[in-house]
Amino acid sequence: MTNTTTISAGAIEQLLQQVPDPEIPVLSIIDLGIVRDIQIEGDGITVYITPTYTGCPAMDMIALSIVQLLQQHQYKKVQVKQLLTPAWTTAWITEAGKQKLLKYGIAPPDKRFSIPQDGVSCPQCGSNNTTLVSAFGSTACKALYTCKDCLEPFDYFKCH
Amino acid sequence: MAAIQHQINFALSVADTTLILLHRNSECCGHGPVLEQDIAITNIALDLLGQSRNFYQYAAALINDVVKSGGAAALPALSEAFEGEVNEDTLAYLRNERAYKNLLLVEQPNGDWAQTILRQYLFSQYQLFLFEQLQYHEDTGLAAIATKSVKETAYHLRWSSEWVIRLGDGTGESHQRMLNAIGALWRYTGEMFIPADYEREMNINVELLQQQWSKSVKKVFKAATLSVPDWKIAAKMQTGGKQGIHTEQLGYILAVMQYMQRAYPGCEW
Repeated sequence: MTNTTTISAGAIEQLLQQVPDPEIPVLSIIDLGIVRDIQIEGDGITVYITPTYTGCPAMDMIALSIVQLLQQHQYKKVQVKQLLTPAWTTAWITEAGKQKLLKYGIAPPDKRFSIPQDGVSCPQCGSNNTTLVSAFGSTACKALYTCKDCLEPFDYFKCH
Repeated sequence: MAAIQHQINFALSVADTTLILLHRNSECCGHGPVLEQDIAITNIALDLLGQSRNFYQYAAALINDVVKSGGAAALPALSEAFEGEVNEDTLAYLRNERAYKNLLLVEQPNGDWAQTILRQYLFSQYQLFLFEQLQYHEDTGLAAIATKSVKETAYHLRWSSEWVIRLGDGTGESHQRMLNAIGALWRYTGEMFIPADYEREMNINVELLQQQWSKSVKKVFKAATLSVPDWKIAAKMQTGGKQGIHTEQLGYILAVMQYMQRAYPGCEW
């Protein structure tokens, strides 16, 4: 069967909402702001993504997930390219993305804490009586905190 | 042609330095003094891996272009080692010690935590100013990688400088260990500021780097109650890394790092 309809970038972007970040699966790559452009030429699609951290091991997996998903939806000619400029920043995480992070138990990036220090709001109980345990965490994008009120440890998505 | 050669050598020197330091840091994986710092040093290794990959990819694209246009003879140190196109992996796993242009500082062993920390600090302080310059380099490829990496480097610098201060201004023992680390590593800092021909050709302002670095190191050392050794660069500093002349340490690193690809060419996970 020949697909004669033209491909719309909007439809592709909708589909890409389904591609999760492999390390924080509650966020899609659209929420994270790493999809920078979708170019369509004839029946060929090029998705441009930008890495969060240069060494983030999720990038290869994300590229693979994009190709697989689009191919399942009958888009056959798909390629993913990496852009380095402009460099990704946590300012590109959508509002919806920040809310999802909070619900998931990760404190979203906060400009007042661009240098991780005590006081990031606890995603569990909302207290600001929290303390930085480690400037580095389980992935490149997170720092580790403990809440002194509810005593829960939590991750903070570093402001980058 | 000469200009491209300098571009390639410069990119390789930065890639090699980040690769060797990340390899050293990765040796700490599972061996850090406490869990949080084990995670910190290996997170830094991961960032350095990303930076290193970007610079190797950049160099590989240039090398392949040169070879394609018949200029392989201008790349004697590279052309004989490879068949077909080079990529980030062949550049990391199949080049010999003499082709590596990393700083001598980063190949020095981890030693104790003071030495691991001081090596990271002295390097991050240098890398921050280097990337700040590269951000505005006329070569947009290098500028893009530096812009992407500079925030990571600033984060590494904050962490490692805090540790230098904590250990230097800590107990008698931690202070003594910092003194030992300075004794072991200071002699490798001078070569950062002796420009290689490829750095000069790429308009890297090494004199400015040295001024910025010296000023910052002095400040951190002061806060750490440590004094900066009063050594004249030419007199006691070890040099050669940028030209491929290394300390005995690099051979052991490459033996471990390259073994699998040498024994089983092209093997994958």
